[in-house]
Amino acid sequence: MSREKKTVWELERFALEIRRQTIRELHSLGSGHVGGCMSIVELLAVLYGERLQVDPANPRWEERDRLVVSKGHAGPAVYAALALRGFFPLEQLETLNRPGTKLPSHMDAQKTPGVDMTTGSLGQGVSAGVGMALAARMDKRSCQVCVVAGDGECDEGQVWEAALFAAAQGLDNLTLIIDQNHLQLDGSTDEVLSLGSLEEKLRAFGWQVLSVEDGHSIPQLRQALSAAWSGKDGRPTAVVLNTIKGKGYPAAMRGPNHHMIISDGDFEEAMEALAQEEQRLREREEAAGCTR
Amino acid sequence: MYQIAERYPLDGAEMREIYCRTLEECMEADPAVVALDADLMTPLGIAGLWKKRPERIFNCGIQEANMVGVAAGMAREGKKPFVHTFGVFASRRACDQIYMSCAYGGNSVCIVGSDPGVASALNGGTHAPNEDIAILRACPTMTVVEPADAQTLRCLIPQLAALPAPSYLRLFRRQRPRIYPETETFSIGKAKQLTQGEDAAILACGIEVYEALEAAARLEQEGIRVRVLDLFSIKPLDTQAVLAAARETGAIVTAENHNILGGLGSAVAELLAEECPVPLERVGIRDQFGQVGPMDWLMEHYGLTAGDITEKVKRVIARKGKK
Repeated sequence: MSREKKTVWELERFALEIRRQTIRELHSLGSGHVGGCMSIVELLAVLYGERLQVDPANPRWEERDRLVVSKGHAGPAVYAALALRGFFPLEQLETLNRPGTKLPSHMDAQKTPGVDMTTGSLGQGVSAGVGMALAARMDKRSCQVCVVAGDGECDEGQVWEAALFAAAQGLDNLTLIIDQNHLQLDGSTDEVLSLGSLEEKLRAFGWQVLSVEDGHSIPQLRQALSAAWSGKDGRPTAVVLNTIKGKGYPAAMRGPNHHMIISDGDFEEAMEALAQEEQRLREREEAAGCTR
Repeated sequence: MYQIAERYPLDGAEMREIYCRTLEECMEADPAVVALDADLMTPLGIAGLWKKRPERIFNCGIQEANMVGVAAGMAREGKKPFVHTFGVFASRRACDQIYMSCAYGGNSVCIVGSDPGVASALNGGTHAPNEDIAILRACPTMTVVEPADAQTLRCLIPQLAALPAPSYLRLFRRQRPRIYPETETFSIGKAKQLTQGEDAAILACGIEVYEALEAAARLEQEGIRVRVLDLFSIKPLDTQAVLAAARETGAIVTAENHNILGGLGSAVAELLAEECPVPLERVGIRDQFGQVGPMDWLMEHYGLTAGDITEKVKRVIARKGKK
């Protein structure tokens, strides 16, 4: 399962498709956690497009890189990425949250192929990722463990317990990616519980810290994740992504978007915006002389 | 004071010694067994083993939630973690982590909660887990056990390590009377019958097993023959043994070092109400907080002594056959 080299265009198109499939999936249900799904779409494209060594034919392959999405409500976006990557058929996305589904609102490792840890109660996935990294080190496996947490999630004390412990254990096979979209359910992170600088806090906790100015920029994400995967200096690595909650779903920009009703009109508007974005990508790709 | 003290002498080893020794044996036999603690290694007596096996034993510091979450992640990767802290922190402080990351997530972790109920003694009410069985019994897939003596504990540890789902071991740390010979074996879900009797049955767990045996001995002198069952496996409950006791004696007393709400007495009451209603009396802490005091005094204060059980047995026998 060697890592495939992808072009930036390929990853951008992959991100666009993850976004499109996620919106379709949520629209088929009529509502969902749009905001937190949209803000990690480009991250998922880089992770599943080239960074994570995984095998869709063998989701439990022992040497795979592990991904724990601690902000478990982003499940629908992860399911879209997994389906596009071949872990299960795309049609299955329309079973989201239906009775007996393998794709529940919050992620369940016992139900969904490719999901490495059950999450949903915020903060807990960070500890689980730390435990997985500790176990991987005990077993001398070369895989990486990657945890994705929200910035609002960092209100949870458990995140900081885990941060302290991971640094004390020197888990340099662990990368914590924080989706810093500056919003949580009840408002902005400043209004609800000011977090200050997550970078400074994590540095003070003994982590190597990288910042990504634009968490929707594929080149910036690639560079940061590459550095995180290769930076073996006895410290865990945190990557703080500056993102936009609801990014790429126009209706999300008009009000609170943590959990939204997805009307047919808003859905059509989003599909149209994505078609235009796809056209822009194609034109840019052609202008740059890239071939498919 | 105790009539049965000679028959069941105090064990030479403390329960924590047995726990650590058995866990070490499990670690030697199985490289997947690991242990985590939250800065309570010294009271558990495992600090020496921690120094000896730092690659398998982790001190997480005073952070129970993270410790349980880390253990769940390790279990996800095939490890068999034993996680220890005082019962109050294990059951109350890390409850959601046990529930979601371990049980709901399908990750088998053995949670060891020490100093149950009145064993918290001089640490007082803040440290008295009177409701840990109730909390963890309500969590699907959890196994909940409370051994009465060292031999039971010794037998249970490897079985807990092998379970496919999480478990809670309610651990008394200090010496206990030796109830069983070293040849005795135990299976989770299977009760032990300690005495024969048809007049009533006492169903007990943990330190109350000894009190139940003492009560049975005192009652025998008055011509009352009581069956004592050790229900060290609170979940799964040995429904067959409980129902047989109800049918064959027609009167049940439960005894536990725990709140009567949600613990062993509740588990038995739920079963009997559905399957075989007979008069039932419960010995336990009657929905009160713990408090500071020597253990013997606390047992008397909360009505957990052999004398309290004896009275309940007489009362339950008097209720037999009445509507």
